[in-house]
Amino acid sequence: MRYAMAIDTKRCVGCADCVVACQTENNVPEGFCRDWIVEETIGAFPELQLEIRSERCNHCDDSPCVRCCPTGASHYEEGGVVLVNHDECIGCKACIASCPYDARFVHPEGYVDKCTFCIHRVREGKNPACVEVCPTHAMIFGDLDDRNSEISKALRTRKHKTLIPEAGTDPHVFYLL
Amino acid sequence: MNEIAITSGRMNQGVDPVLHAWTWEIPLYLYLGGLVAGILFFSAFFYLRHRENVFPAAIKIAPLFTPFMLAIGLLALFLDLTHKLYFWRLYTTIRWESPMSWGAWTLMIIFPLSIIWSAFWVKDVFPRWDWKIPFVEKSIDFLARYKAYFAWALIAFSAILGMYTGILLSAFNARPFWNTSILGPLFLVSGLSTGAAFILLISRSEQERHRFSQIDTFLIGTEIFLIIHLFMGFLASTSVHIHAAEMFLGGPYTAVFWTLVVGLGLLVPMFIEIMELRGVKVPVVIPAVLVLFGGLMLRFIVVDAGQSSRWLYKFMEQLIF
Amino acid sequence: MGKKLNRREFIKIAGMGAGGLAVASSFLKPVSLFGQSVSREKLIASTFSEATPTYCEICFWKCAGWVHKKDGRPWKIVGNPDDTHSNGRFCPRGTGGLGAYTDPDRLKTPLIRVEKRGKQVFKEATWDEAFDYIAEKMNGIKEKYGPECMALFTHGSGGGYFKNLIKAYGSNNIAAPSYAQCRGPRAEAYLLTYGEGIGSPERTDIENTKCLVLIGSHIGENMHNGQVQEFTRAHMNGATVITVDPRFSTAASKSKYWLPIKPATDLALLLAWINVIIEEELYDKEYVKKYTYGFEALKKAVKGNTPEWAYPITTIKPHIIRETAREMAAAAPAVIIHPGRHVTWYGDDTQRVRAGAILNALLGSWGRRGGFYAPSKAHVPKPEHPPYPKPQKGWRDAFPDKYPLANLALSSGICDATIPSTTDACSIKGWIVYGTNLMQTLPQPQKTIKAIQNLELLVAIDIMPSEITGWADVVLPECTYLERYDDLRISQGRVPSIALRAPAFEPQYNTKPAYWMAVQLAKKLGLSAYFPYEKIEDYLEYRLKAVGSSLAEMKKIGVKNLPLEQELYFLNGEDYEFATPSGKIELYSDTLAEHGFDPIPRYTAHEEPQEGYYRLLYGRAPMHSFGRTTNNPLLTELKLENEVWIHPKVAREWGIENGEYIRLENQDKVVSNKVKAKVTERIRHDCVYMVHGFGHTQKQMRRSLNRGASDTQLITRVNVDPIMGGTGMRVNFVTFRKEVA
Repeated sequence: MRYAMAIDTKRCVGCADCVVACQTENNVPEGFCRDWIVEETIGAFPELQLEIRSERCNHCDDSPCVRCCPTGASHYEEGGVVLVNHDECIGCKACIASCPYDARFVHPEGYVDKCTFCIHRVREGKNPACVEVCPTHAMIFGDLDDRNSEISKALRTRKHKTLIPEAGTDPHVFYLL
Repeated sequence: MNEIAITSGRMNQGVDPVLHAWTWEIPLYLYLGGLVAGILFFSAFFYLRHRENVFPAAIKIAPLFTPFMLAIGLLALFLDLTHKLYFWRLYTTIRWESPMSWGAWTLMIIFPLSIIWSAFWVKDVFPRWDWKIPFVEKSIDFLARYKAYFAWALIAFSAILGMYTGILLSAFNARPFWNTSILGPLFLVSGLSTGAAFILLISRSEQERHRFSQIDTFLIGTEIFLIIHLFMGFLASTSVHIHAAEMFLGGPYTAVFWTLVVGLGLLVPMFIEIMELRGVKVPVVIPAVLVLFGGLMLRFIVVDAGQSSRWLYKFMEQLIF
Repeated sequence: MGKKLNRREFIKIAGMGAGGLAVASSFLKPVSLFGQSVSREKLIASTFSEATPTYCEICFWKCAGWVHKKDGRPWKIVGNPDDTHSNGRFCPRGTGGLGAYTDPDRLKTPLIRVEKRGKQVFKEATWDEAFDYIAEKMNGIKEKYGPECMALFTHGSGGGYFKNLIKAYGSNNIAAPSYAQCRGPRAEAYLLTYGEGIGSPERTDIENTKCLVLIGSHIGENMHNGQVQEFTRAHMNGATVITVDPRFSTAASKSKYWLPIKPATDLALLLAWINVIIEEELYDKEYVKKYTYGFEALKKAVKGNTPEWAYPITTIKPHIIRETAREMAAAAPAVIIHPGRHVTWYGDDTQRVRAGAILNALLGSWGRRGGFYAPSKAHVPKPEHPPYPKPQKGWRDAFPDKYPLANLALSSGICDATIPSTTDACSIKGWIVYGTNLMQTLPQPQKTIKAIQNLELLVAIDIMPSEITGWADVVLPECTYLERYDDLRISQGRVPSIALRAPAFEPQYNTKPAYWMAVQLAKKLGLSAYFPYEKIEDYLEYRLKAVGSSLAEMKKIGVKNLPLEQELYFLNGEDYEFATPSGKIELYSDTLAEHGFDPIPRYTAHEEPQEGYYRLLYGRAPMHSFGRTTNNPLLTELKLENEVWIHPKVAREWGIENGEYIRLENQDKVVSNKVKAKVTERIRHDCVYMVHGFGHTQKQMRRSLNRGASDTQLITRVNVDPIMGGTGMRVNFVTFRKEVA
């Protein structure tokens, strides 16, 4: 089992519904967010292209945050989901510095927090909150090891990329182009 | 050039607009770690070379400061933690891939070593010192029989500590400015240099000062070489590394780095020390303080600049939140 | 289109039976309206034990959803899968609707002004005191000037109760800024051309279209949920999208063609398109012959409007104009020239929108799959009440010869009628303002203030202490939509449907629902007969019973889709009589000609900015509904302030850096609050753009206070549409002022 997410940049309009859904679902403290929208404009007027991405923790296969964690608080859960164990985290912030995606932050309660792929929902057979709410159905969540999952099919049929693969972390959030 | 904007208002404290997970605590901790490594290295090294009477400040006096410096460094590290009550979790596991973990364990070893090593010299420095508790006195006397082993251990662990302060940062692939293997040697040499400067500062012996001026001059020269090497390495690397280097070559860190670290912290004291070695009378306190100051600035600037360099949205001045 | 149904299968799925029997079964079975299977968890979500049905009040799209509680505390709001407005998925504002409830800056208790109007010194009052105050003033106005001198401004679900009240009182001056400041020209243009309006949600069959033409419509940034969903579906199905916009909008980025038109010249482009379609004989000949009136006149009128003619005006190259026209024709009749929504731009807006309507007619898209469908609406009777008194005069009397074709009251007109002048036959003395912050929704705020200073009574009913409440004599704090019942949502769509809003939480503070307020006020005014049910539950029960449902049932399902009563599209060769004077689609309008207007749209040049000035354009952000949400704690996290978009060349000329704070100064020397510069290739060099609704000045709204700039403040000039009185607002020009730190 290998959980992953695919975000369809053709469908995404950058409305940030995923961000609010995450806030309410996960009770993310005010002033912080676990996911965000990036708009990247390529070219010059009037020959322009716009890529809109919903970004979050990439749940990398080779996660620098897990490697650099001195206590093992940052760890892999089932399906390769990277989680932080709150009562093992000492708040040294090494993982924050180690993440090339700036996906982590210190929760006001002291431990380090980030996207969990809504593992509590996934375990109940549901999609992560951001995926579930997306009005344009721009997000797909699923198991890469299952060849028939929607995400496997999308990655087989659509051109896609990951963010800064050259950072060498083997990210598992894909962007369909 | 691409325009990049985060349009959902992300403003995570400590991360946006530019990462500042670490502020003053970590650079101070790294600085004191390097300084202690330098002092203990020289103390142990010259002890093994039997220079006790020639270099009293280096071997006997300077180490007495190290437990306190380490304590302050550890306090700084502790203050930096945001989940302090779980501090003990550091010592329930050893994680070899985490520099933070083996750094914590190195400190766990070197802190008592520094105390014991200092204890060996207390009576030399303060002849009327009385340990009061016979058990302590006896223990020290017992351990003192193995001074040479302690010295060897100190050399090994101070080298690890000195390197570690740099490797802690260079292990972060995510921060291009830290992501260079030069950082380990650079911090080690800088640590040794500040250690030598500290000894210079407290030494009363002309011969000792002369020797440590020589050593420091050599170390500063090495440091300058490493810094040049560091930037050459960046400029020959990927665009993010080039961009990281550019922060110092015309970018926001140019002025502070080249004046405070390279100018005041390295070139000026090196010049003064060379003059002194050639017989010009200069108060030794000036180059020593400058080197100590330069070392501190180096840690602050490197920690800060590293956090400003990134892979994603690399041209941060374009990023509008 | 009152034909018999023939798409049985569709009905079988969609129809949930007025008789109520189909409801339960369709609810249990995972079916949905558009053939996609509803996943199991969606059904679980909608049967969640702590869920209360609602429909969203954050914008006018009014998506139906469920409010969830966890451990008795507010948790989240999710879409109702049976709802065609949202298809089970809310937009960010709907998802963030909880923020409206949790906002600590809400109005908390009734207030009565104690000092000079506008000084914002109030005393807290009981509801009784507040109603007594209002009733006394209203009775006074009735005696002294006649009941016609009261006016109501309204936006939102609760407005209906006050409409009832004000009509019962004897006035017809009921205005919504959504007409004269937004979609009025669209309504009149389509009424003139097709005899029917577009309505809301728009009757555009976007999901089936093969070619969608957007003119200044920034779908995706306007988060009109169902429409955005259809847009994405069409885009993914390979529909050609042609976007005309001076700005590279989100929609433009998803378009095959982006036409970065010079602002204020859209009508020229539309006429050129009509010219190409006619000259190249690309129009639907049969359709035009059968259904339209005035084709030859049109052909003659647009003879000169060639792409070459339009090029220097619009800066769009002739071959692009031809190519895009051919794309439309190739897709016809599954093509939509989108009528737009906020269309009050330059003062000739009815004509511009009509040009689009004519183009749609030539391509035969009205009443065709992938074009415009015939919407249905549920018929749910209201309880009877005595007839309303007949007003002797109205706002229109203040402008005897103006805006002959305005079918609704103009909010700007009522505002004007409040400022006394010698020609005024009806000077308005009292305003009730429900749910609309006139200081931001009406242009020319100085004029609005002048009008307000002439009032004898200003009542503001709002949830937030918006700017208008600061000017009010009495402020009535309404509870949020999550804390109240409201009238049923009955809006048009492919299938008729009704949706219920039930309270998920008890009203916080001393706030009350609008229904209760209207009933209490009616009592004080002796108008209780017009509110046969004192409790809204009984009122709802009456209405629901009439369609074979009940409050209990609706609380369980939230949304009820009723059987389709008419065809969505014309049948092949169907005879159809349009509700226009000629009974046909009027390419040439005799009505317009009679009133002295151009019977066929004609391009006239608009004023252009002077050297160093740039046209001020404004629009929306997907996470905010105008100024209504800019204090919502959840949504301010997504966007705390607006930015002004500036082309890099312009920025360089002015030495403006990306992200720097600057100020804008308009042609009348009005200077904005400081606003961040977004230096971007995504906009033309002759205009700047900002999101509307920011730059609040009300201290009580702590999050939004002084965040960003207000476009309204800079809109000191308007070009009024002579046909229907819409206020064209994109006629203001700004220059830059460096912000001194």
